[in-house]
Amino acid sequence: MRGLVAAAGAVALVMASVAAAAAVTAPEEVKVEDMTVAASLTGQPGDPAKGRSVFSSRSLGNCLACHANADLANELFQGDVGPDLTDVGGRYEPGQLRAIVVDSKQVFGEQTVMPAFYHAITDQRVRKDLAGKPILTAEQVEDLVAYLVTLKGK
Amino acid sequence: ALLSMGSAASAQDADKLVINGDLEMTTRAPAPEGLPFEEVISGWHFREDETQALETDDFDNPGMLMVERGQDLWNEVQGAAGKSCASCHGEAAESMKGVGAKTPFWSAEAKRPVNLELQINQCRTERMQAEPYKFDDPDQIAMVSFVRFQSRGMPVKLDLDQGDMKAWWERGKELYYTRFGQLDFSCASCHEQNAGKYLRADYLSQGQINGFPTYRLKDATLISTHNRFKGCVRDTRAEPFQPLSDEFMALEVYVAWRGTGLAVETPAVRH
Ligand code: HEC
Ligand code: HEC
Ligand code: HEC
Repeated sequence: MRGLVAAAGAVALVMASVAAAAAVTAPEEVKVEDMTVAASLTGQPGDPAKGRSVFSSRSLGNCLACHANADLANELFQGDVGPDLTDVGGRYEPGQLRAIVVDSKQVFGEQTVMPAFYHAITDQRVRKDLAGKPILTAEQVEDLVAYLVTLKGK
Repeated sequence: ALLSMGSAASAQDADKLVINGDLEMTTRAPAPEGLPFEEVISGWHFREDETQALETDDFDNPGMLMVERGQDLWNEVQGAAGKSCASCHGEAAESMKGVGAKTPFWSAEAKRPVNLELQINQCRTERMQAEPYKFDDPDQIAMVSFVRFQSRGMPVKLDLDQGDMKAWWERGKELYYTRFGQLDFSCASCHEQNAGKYLRADYLSQGQINGFPTYRLKDATLISTHNRFKGCVRDTRAEPFQPLSDEFMALEVYVAWRGTGLAVETPAVRH
């Protein structure tokens, strides 16, 4: 059992983050309906330029580990574990892309190897400093969605 | 996802591994019943030609230096009992032939499966009155490599009928399919569902351990089985299990079994 002090600290932290970003939908609050998450997680549109770097960054999305994307042709070693995303913006609605990034398992099924990027895992030995934290923040997810929408093929 | 992969191009090549011009290695074997593969395939097939070539000649294989060091250690008296490995086991080429192919095996003494690291430490502490090797001590890696090298070319075959081996195998299998970490991957996510696919700069192999300890060019040294397991678990952003823990021993039993029929390649070379 955690001590009372830690519990009180956690409550204070939660309250502080709620106050700071009232509009952000927390990972456990996101509902995937009809394979879609219609509303922005931040209440704001994302920034596609930032989304492009979330996509390519190994420490953030690391999407290239599994997906090719001709828009980032200068990045070597693009994976083929998942489909080519060069024209994915033409194949899905923004709300569907958001749902795939948030929790692909609710779209493709439990078996998919694509990680859920906005879903907090606390068990399965998650590294201590990452327990309960989604891989990406709500803002990074929105930036990514804004970027994916622009991928219409080359 | 398994289905969606269908007939997608795979990365493993059709080359043949022959060492020193005469030792023909079995690098593909019919999969043991219960695996979704038709064949089990050595990690060697998934590597670039230049990396593959290093394993075909012992003069080029950088892992052989450690095997030679192991040979020296084999004959060295250590510990209060005044014995070397050779005092009891004589010529390793005879006494150790086949041991590395059945590893991990049931130890009646320890009442658990042991791998070479544990067996050697048992001999050191109980029969030589020497300090056990610390995990991944270069001398441990050298000794394990030397002992396993005596089985090079022999097909991996575990004896699951001994003691409680089956229960350990079951536990290992369960771990193999358990998803770990923030990235939510099991061993099977990468080495079963996606073997042959390109993950960033790596073709994913079946994650076989028939070549361990394996010389890794990236690390410029031989890597032990449990060190590799640790690295792969860490890549899921999980807290890895301790090397030589019950969990990793169970996993080693199961993963070794998944390579049934593949030739022992120690010291294999990977990138
Ligand atoms: C570990 C592998 C992996 C990673 C990392 C990964 N994906 Fe995926 N992704 C997949 C797989 C596999 C599929 C196909 C669904 C299935 O069959 O499981 C997929 C499907 C998709 C699809 C649907 C594509 C289509 O044509 O149907 C989109 C969009 C997508 N991923 C976006 C992303 C983005 C954006 C990232 C990074 C933030 C990412 N993925 C990271 C493996 C991955
Ligand atoms: C004083 C005698 C003695 C010494 C010294 C000794 N061993 Fe052993 N070793 C044994 C005996 C006895 C067994 C069988 C134990 C058993 O069945 O559990 C054994 C078993 C083994 C096995 C498993 C063999 C098999 O067929 O399963 C290996 C590997 C091994 N020893 C390696 C070593 C190494 C390496 C050293 C030196 C670092 C060493 N031993 C030193 C007596 C010795
Ligand atoms: C995120 C993907 C991923 C996961 C999950 C993963 N591995 Fe790996 N593993 C790799 C990559 C990449 C390599 C290096 C290329 C190769 O040999 O497949 C590798 C290599 C290996 C090797 C070396 C193979 C050889 O021939 O030298 C073994 C053994 C291995 N993994 C075992 C495991 C085990 C056991 C687990 C589960 C505890 C696991 N891996 C989980 C990606 C992964």
